[in-house]
Amino acid sequence: MSYIIDRRQNSKKKSTVNRQRFLKRYKKHIKEAVEDAVNSRSITNIDQGGSVTIPRRDISEPIFHHGPGGKTKRVFPGNKEFVVGDEFQRPSGGGGGGGAGEGSASNQGEGMDDFTFQISQDEFLDFMFDGLELPYLVKKQLKNTTQFETRRAGFTNAGAPEKIHIVRSLRSAQARRVALTGKERREIRELEQEILTLEARLPDEEAAQQIVCLRERVEELKAHIKRIPWIDDFDIKYNNTIRVPVPSSKAVMFCVMDVSGSMTQSIKDIAKRFFVLLYLFLKRNYKQIEVVFVRHHTHAKEVDEQEFFYSRETGGTIVSSALKLTAEILEDRYPPGDWNIYVAQASDGDNWDGDSNICGDLLDAKILPKVQYFSYVEITTGPHQNLWMEYEKVHAKWEDAFAMHQITDASEIYPVFRKLFEKKTEGAA
Amino acid sequence: MKKEPISTGAEWTFELIERYDREIARIAAGYGLDTYPNQIEIITSEQMMDAYASVGMPLNYNHWSFGKQFVETEQNYKRGRMGLAYEIVINSDPCISYLMEENTMTMQALVIAHACYGHNSFFKGNYLFRTWTDATAIIDYLLFAKNYIRKCEERYGVAEVEEILDSCHALMNYGVNRYQRPQPLTAAEERERQKAREEYIQRHVNQLWNTIPQKETEQKTTEQRFPAEPEENILYFVEKNAPLLEPWQREIIRIVRKVSQYFYPQKQTQVMNEGWACFWHYTLLHGLYDEGLVTDGFMMEFLHSHSSVVYQPPFDSPYFSGINPYTLGYNMMQDIRRICENPTAEDRDWFPDIAGSDWNETLHNAMRNYKDESFILQFLSPALIRELKLFTILDDSEKPTLGVSSIHDEIGYQQIREDLSAQYNLGNREPNIQVYNVNVRGDRALTLRHYVHNGQPLAEDSEEVLRHLHRLWGFDVHLESVLPDGTVSNSMHCPPIQTDMIQAAI
Repeated sequence: MSYIIDRRQNSKKKSTVNRQRFLKRYKKHIKEAVEDAVNSRSITNIDQGGSVTIPRRDISEPIFHHGPGGKTKRVFPGNKEFVVGDEFQRPSGGGGGGGAGEGSASNQGEGMDDFTFQISQDEFLDFMFDGLELPYLVKKQLKNTTQFETRRAGFTNAGAPEKIHIVRSLRSAQARRVALTGKERREIRELEQEILTLEARLPDEEAAQQIVCLRERVEELKAHIKRIPWIDDFDIKYNNTIRVPVPSSKAVMFCVMDVSGSMTQSIKDIAKRFFVLLYLFLKRNYKQIEVVFVRHHTHAKEVDEQEFFYSRETGGTIVSSALKLTAEILEDRYPPGDWNIYVAQASDGDNWDGDSNICGDLLDAKILPKVQYFSYVEITTGPHQNLWMEYEKVHAKWEDAFAMHQITDASEIYPVFRKLFEKKTEGAA
Repeated sequence: MKKEPISTGAEWTFELIERYDREIARIAAGYGLDTYPNQIEIITSEQMMDAYASVGMPLNYNHWSFGKQFVETEQNYKRGRMGLAYEIVINSDPCISYLMEENTMTMQALVIAHACYGHNSFFKGNYLFRTWTDATAIIDYLLFAKNYIRKCEERYGVAEVEEILDSCHALMNYGVNRYQRPQPLTAAEERERQKAREEYIQRHVNQLWNTIPQKETEQKTTEQRFPAEPEENILYFVEKNAPLLEPWQREIIRIVRKVSQYFYPQKQTQVMNEGWACFWHYTLLHGLYDEGLVTDGFMMEFLHSHSSVVYQPPFDSPYFSGINPYTLGYNMMQDIRRICENPTAEDRDWFPDIAGSDWNETLHNAMRNYKDESFILQFLSPALIRELKLFTILDDSEKPTLGVSSIHDEIGYQQIREDLSAQYNLGNREPNIQVYNVNVRGDRALTLRHYVHNGQPLAEDSEEVLRHLHRLWGFDVHLESVLPDGTVSNSMHCPPIQTDMIQAAI
């Protein structure tokens, strides 16, 4: 009469559509929350999901119901000392005064607090990068650059010694030995059986003689078995690897940052955030992406992500050192035919006077011809200095590939970031 | 005659569930519980949250408000602020009950007794459910609704459909017929008739709004209201008469009001339904225990859950959130049994007709023929009022203080019983608002009337609801609050009337 059904394997995410519709409806609120988080969070946890708070009145679904007022009666349990005619003040907050038994008299302790909920990391980033796209990638993405990846693919009989698979090899050696000695071992078993029966007849001259005869034959067979090699050439198995073509649209991102003495801690923080945003953005958009971090003061150095953001160094400023290093790395490792190259530079605009025109030349000759996009953010509240002037000249020449912007404080990072990377029209470049 | 216990550990298996179900069914049949066939489904906690979010139904159309519900449930659950219900049961034939996989064997048995035999028999027996819902068709109908709305979204856009649904949801409580029995709905018929209905309604509406001049003589007749009698089902009225709606929009309104109608009995029988289910899980599991089919440990775990379900925090406790329907219902059911089996002189005085009668028959009779309001009015006994220490607070906005109007004493019993019953009267809880008039010959304005009860005004966000109604109706909408003596105490308009705006500006 009863049917018992196991539904646990059914799809779990039945509410996904509804949840997405809810998020879409309150996109504005969520975006505000996300932008707040981007501006105020520390770098290490910027890409985690987050909680979003929406004022409850904004998401309430209105229905007709009674407001406070009028004459209502309500029955309560657990009377202790009240008698008829007792009077007391209305509790403030109107909880008791409202409509009798009305559902809205919040049963969750929280009452009319704001509506807070979590969004996942993916959703957080979606909102953060909403509408952003790396420029011009599409063009090269379509180009069929293929890369090969080495993957394991079973076992073979030939290969280099370092690829020997020991277990497989020994297993096949044993199989071979078992197969080649089957006949002999069977014969030995039969002979030994015979010897046993003959021994029962002892002492009997003829039997004793036969036993000796048989023993000889057994020894002979055993010697034969021993001659089978314990391991042979064709027992040896090798791990097989094949090269599989992996379609890819490769992009490399250079992060160039000034860490010189003129960069104060707050400027560095802003620069760091700009790169963090960039880095997250790239990690999210492209599966195949390499990021090169170049930091500089008077000398430039290629560092890893950790060192780029967290180690401290100071000194003077020669921007061209970083550009030169960037150009070298480009030359060595990233042929522009295979890579989409992006460079982002952050600085306070300070540079050694004689250096700026070298920077301009370097950009003009070695870097900009190869890159898809070069973005420069200057984090300063003061007037522009010679580097900015120089870069403006470059900008005039390379309008499509070179972008520059000024940031004055942390809250501007995100808008500027968006501006630099906002979707370009499709026909461009 | 003690038997081997069915199980001793906490782990459940499908075999054990089947075995428990068989034994419980046998005992339930012994008590004469009449149920739909059961369909017991084991689900995970995520699936339970999904079920929560779509008002407990196994499938429903898509809407952002369900998403909001889901997000909230998920948040509360993950923070550990609330546990999920152990079960959800759906009034359908076969009766679908969801069991969570996290439950122990004891909990599964409890849930089977509670949902599959308690609620199930209530759905099948209670007059409201028998009258207003068609258990065999609801799942099919929801499937039809889901598909229809999805098709509308494809054809007219998600935003367009969402607007209509938002507006319908705002008026959902006013989409039910309280007195007139609805046609039973079957999905197959629904699909067949839906096309014909579209055309018919559209023609009908056009006739109503016909602008071709009528004969002079008709105009002279005394001004007639349309509708001639006030209409309580606002969504129904809009569906049939709104001049500008597209056929598919009318169909969506119809879907929302059908769903609303389906839930209408549940809203009116919460105390009874839960009380009935609690009473039977208690009785059935004790039946198992008496036969030696379950262990002492099983009973300890069961009683622990049971007593926390039927716990009523006193009014001054931080956990107090109104009267617990489980407590009230369960205690009333047990109390009726007590009155039948061991009546005191007081009981004989108050309940001469049931004191000493057959308890099972009396309970079944109560289950079949009452709803919360009448059930309390009929069966709440002085003994139980004393046990729960009930008292009434009178809140009169014209007086500066609250007053205690009745307590659990000789003169208070009758009054408390009436007060509590009134509290469960849907007519008191929801403002009484009806369609009063449509200016058919003029600006097509729709006038609603709110019949003020006990001087309770409408809440502030009623204007918001009016805006939704305005969206559906397409022309001006007015809402008048009318006092019992017929004077209009307050009125709202959407869009706001210009004189009002001028006054506000001054």
